[in-house]
Amino acid sequence: MLNLVWPIFIIISFSYAIFSGNLQNLNSSIFDSVESAVNLSITMLGTMCLWSGIIHVATNTNIMKIMNRLLKPIIRFLFPEIKENIKAQNEISMNMIANILGLGNAATPLGLKAMETLQKENKNKQELSNSMIMLIVINTASIQIIPTTIIAIRSSLGAQNPTSIIVPVWIATICAAIVGITVTKLLIRYSNKREKI
Amino acid sequence: MINFINFLSNLAMPLIILLIVIYGVIEKKEVFDKFIEGAKDGIKIVINIFPTLIGLFLAVGTLRSSGVIDIAIKLIEPLLNIVHFPTEIMPLALLRPISGSSSIAVATDIMKTFGVDSQIGIMAAVIMGATETTLYTIAVYSSSVKIKKTRFVLIAALTADLVGIITSIIVCRFLS
Repeated sequence: MLNLVWPIFIIISFSYAIFSGNLQNLNSSIFDSVESAVNLSITMLGTMCLWSGIIHVATNTNIMKIMNRLLKPIIRFLFPEIKENIKAQNEISMNMIANILGLGNAATPLGLKAMETLQKENKNKQELSNSMIMLIVINTASIQIIPTTIIAIRSSLGAQNPTSIIVPVWIATICAAIVGITVTKLLIRYSNKREKI
Repeated sequence: MINFINFLSNLAMPLIILLIVIYGVIEKKEVFDKFIEGAKDGIKIVINIFPTLIGLFLAVGTLRSSGVIDIAIKLIEPLLNIVHFPTEIMPLALLRPISGSSSIAVATDIMKTFGVDSQIGIMAAVIMGATETTLYTIAVYSSSVKIKKTRFVLIAALTADLVGIITSIIVCRFLS
């Protein structure tokens, strides 16, 4: 993907700047850009290490088990078709917990494992099953208690109060998730009806 | 109301850290050792993303300074004005579903250009936090089980994204 987009960006912006005689701006922005990437990474190093450390403490306690138990009714509501499949339920639960805690790197492998388990139950192996679609929609909804990356960006740019966006992010995420889940449920019902006819 | 939202935002991170540390102590875990182990993973995450960030910050920064972004915005501006969509946010809304690291670059660029504490800057931050790289996620999850027919997943996920973006804009307008 980026192998296509990146050269396009570079070619368009560099050639436009050169032809419009904007060379001085172009040069200074080249060095500005790499410098702000360094600044962001240094600030991010602090935030990421702090958060990864704290979450690692949490994963070594029973907090995960408690969260797992709390999520079970929600999972049963979202995935009515896998009521008997405890393995799939547990994998989906672990994937959701990793997302909530902001462990993007751990969430994806867990989610893919759940996809594999769901594929075994899938009647048509060429098509996503209803449960798979729900799993993907939940993963694209980005439900996260602390949006660490964005806090790091804000603090690297010297925001007065880098964490002030947390509640607005929660509100927007919850609205997006509710709509995503509702739309998915409605479309599942619609496609089930069509199959019966 | 606004004060309460600010208070809750500021409370969230310290409270979670406090709870986790207390919980670790109650369960008699070596809290500090575990913290250090985890913090090492944080270094890996940042080092892995660093080269990508350099490349994408360069691309987005020069798109901005050369004036290409302004031209693109001018082209779609009349359309966005009809629905009262802030034009400055458009590059982020377009890139966000496709690529995580390029949207970090675009969001940072917007926050820098318009001010990190300006309304536009805060909108960019909230949109970043509230949405995901939808197209990428769908591609990875579907291809992992070798499925090509994705049915209505794209419609459902993109609707959720759109709602996330619109809600972010409304919440930020309400707050400032």
